[in-house]
Amino acid sequence: MGIYKTEPLKCWGKAKELRLGVYEGIKKARDNGTMIVAGGTESAIALPAGFDMDFLGGEPYGASCAFAGIQDPSWNRGLMEASEAASYPRDMCAYMRIGIGSLLSDKFVFGGKYPVPTFNLQTHICDTHGKWYQIMSDIEGVPYNCVDYVPYEWETENESEESKRLKRVYMKDQMLDVIDWMEKVSGKKFDDEKFINAVNWECESTSLWAQCCMVNQAIPAVMDEKMMYSLYIIAVLMRQQKAAVEFYKVLLDELKDRAARGIAAFENEKFRMIHDSQPPWHNLQIFRYLEQFGAVSIGAHYSFSLSGGWAYDKEQDKYLPAKAPKEAGVTLKTREEACDWYSEWLLAYQTLLRSLRYSGRGKHKRIQDIIDNWKIDGMMIHLNRGCEGTAVGQMELRRYLADRGIPALTYEGNLADVREFDLERTIDKIDTFMETVGLTKIAK
Amino acid sequence: MITAGADVGSKTVKVVILKDGKIAGKGIAIAGLEAEGAWENAWADALKEAGISRNDINKTVATGARLKEVKGFDEEMSMVTADAMAMHKLNPEIKTVLDVGAEEGRAIKVDKDGKVSDFAVNEKCAAGAGAFMEAMSRAMQVSIEQFGEEALKSTANLPINAQCAVFAESEVVSLVHEETPRPDICKAVCDGVSDRLASMARRVVVEPKVAFVGGAAKGMGLRRSLKEALELTEVYFPDDIEFVAAYGCALKAAE
Ligand code: SF4
Repeated sequence: MGIYKTEPLKCWGKAKELRLGVYEGIKKARDNGTMIVAGGTESAIALPAGFDMDFLGGEPYGASCAFAGIQDPSWNRGLMEASEAASYPRDMCAYMRIGIGSLLSDKFVFGGKYPVPTFNLQTHICDTHGKWYQIMSDIEGVPYNCVDYVPYEWETENESEESKRLKRVYMKDQMLDVIDWMEKVSGKKFDDEKFINAVNWECESTSLWAQCCMVNQAIPAVMDEKMMYSLYIIAVLMRQQKAAVEFYKVLLDELKDRAARGIAAFENEKFRMIHDSQPPWHNLQIFRYLEQFGAVSIGAHYSFSLSGGWAYDKEQDKYLPAKAPKEAGVTLKTREEACDWYSEWLLAYQTLLRSLRYSGRGKHKRIQDIIDNWKIDGMMIHLNRGCEGTAVGQMELRRYLADRGIPALTYEGNLADVREFDLERTIDKIDTFMETVGLTKIAK
Repeated sequence: MITAGADVGSKTVKVVILKDGKIAGKGIAIAGLEAEGAWENAWADALKEAGISRNDINKTVATGARLKEVKGFDEEMSMVTADAMAMHKLNPEIKTVLDVGAEEGRAIKVDKDGKVSDFAVNEKCAAGAGAFMEAMSRAMQVSIEQFGEEALKSTANLPINAQCAVFAESEVVSLVHEETPRPDICKAVCDGVSDRLASMARRVVVEPKVAFVGGAAKGMGLRRSLKEALELTEVYFPDDIEFVAAYGCALKAAE
């Protein structure tokens, strides 16, 4: 009998249905020859939503392959080896390598052949992003475009308003150019109304996810990080759709109800942790292992912000869910207005993407904000060889925590390449960490 | 009360027997493919020195990378906690412990009560561990002890840039082909390993006094390089440097 009551999430089935629905849509589009657009999911995915299309995002697709590799190694090792055989080296983004492997092997993890898109549209945010889809386009023989993405600096850096304005204009102008380009390469008419709706829904669904994360400040936490992976994915895959907004509204109500009734994600929550970087998707059992000690990871800067819109509130000195256009009293009427607002949303409120560019004080402030407000006892840092983006500043963060006496555990691995993860050694480190923070295994 | 502590490491097994808090016997044996034989041999030596039989031991606590390969202990503990307990007992002023075993290096912060307040372990690469030093001494055709002595003869600063043991070895081979004097190569290896250890140690914030333990800490060359890399004027090297973790386990058993 645990310390807290727990029960399964009611909207679990809906999350699964929506997630699989995205891939079913892509398969149908592939088979019927209708429009598919591909790119990183951190692209401005509301942009191609001005067309009737299905969007294939590289990161969640890579994670799905890594996960499928647990049952069938050909989806993990096999695809990695296929990309290595074509001379793509092991030190590159593991999602990219697995994606290239899937394309070269002409296999789609959800069934059938790899779905070649009408064109690839990417944003350039980390070292890999831009190149990833340039290479995919070269192999696929389809057009490629990329929006350069220079996020605002963290609040700690006091960036001038003029600098922000220039970044916003730069991004907006690129978006407007990309719309013309998409019309040209697809031969289809861009529908402004659809695009404006997509911008509204993207802002709303990512704000709602941030609100869901806020509920997790409750003790006991209503979601653990494993649950979050299955929930934030809706925003990752389809945040520009109305169905995502509807899903998060239902989820938010359910989470608030759980918090009010003291329903825990993990019945023996004693030690609240956060994680850094993407997890090793092929070995998620490490999160279950923490539970044997009464420890539970209840979030991450990554899980909160990958598909969350967060705004810094100066008065409260906190990060809070950003306000979507309607909530902010803004009605978007034209393509230009939508591009302008969308640029601001991505540059100002997608805080994860800031941390891929800027290390140091800003990220530390956000992590400290999570530690304080989500009442965190310790941190687990995945020194992730598969993602150069989230690796930015990880060792500085380790040092920041050490200086403040915040318990931190580092383990090395790779988000998608199972060959670069040592389960035994990671378990050994977790055991040592638990011993140092005074936790022993809970008797069964 | 008689207690024992054992450290079943990747390369050697160490056993320490405590009688009323004092070391009564020690044993060390090289573990090859099977740790079990070395476990028995180390026990036999320690028991012989203590002049007792296994039945006289009240409690045994054990640690180490190959612990799963042996049987006959009452409790297990982590290397990190074992090192901290031992060093606190040996010198309560120690705040940071660096332990370099055959396959792993560890940096441990110890609080005023001898508890671990933070730790870092070198990740997969062996370049910060004893096995790498051994491989390099084989490449230079000297024993590990001579390797350190050779290093002490040099004042040259030749960089070994590779972070990976495999590539570092090829850098050493290049230095050999360039007919670089052996002492300079030995020092370059010690400096390279120390750099990796120092950067791992900085993760936990190095605070004096610092102790350096583990099999690789016997090497005089590495001792000097590490001191320089961490800009320390003083480093504490306990006697019986390889037995520190086993001693910590024996102390735990006596608690
Ligand atoms: S942020 Fe990480 S996962 Fe994303 S493209 Fe860059 S390296 Fe790959």
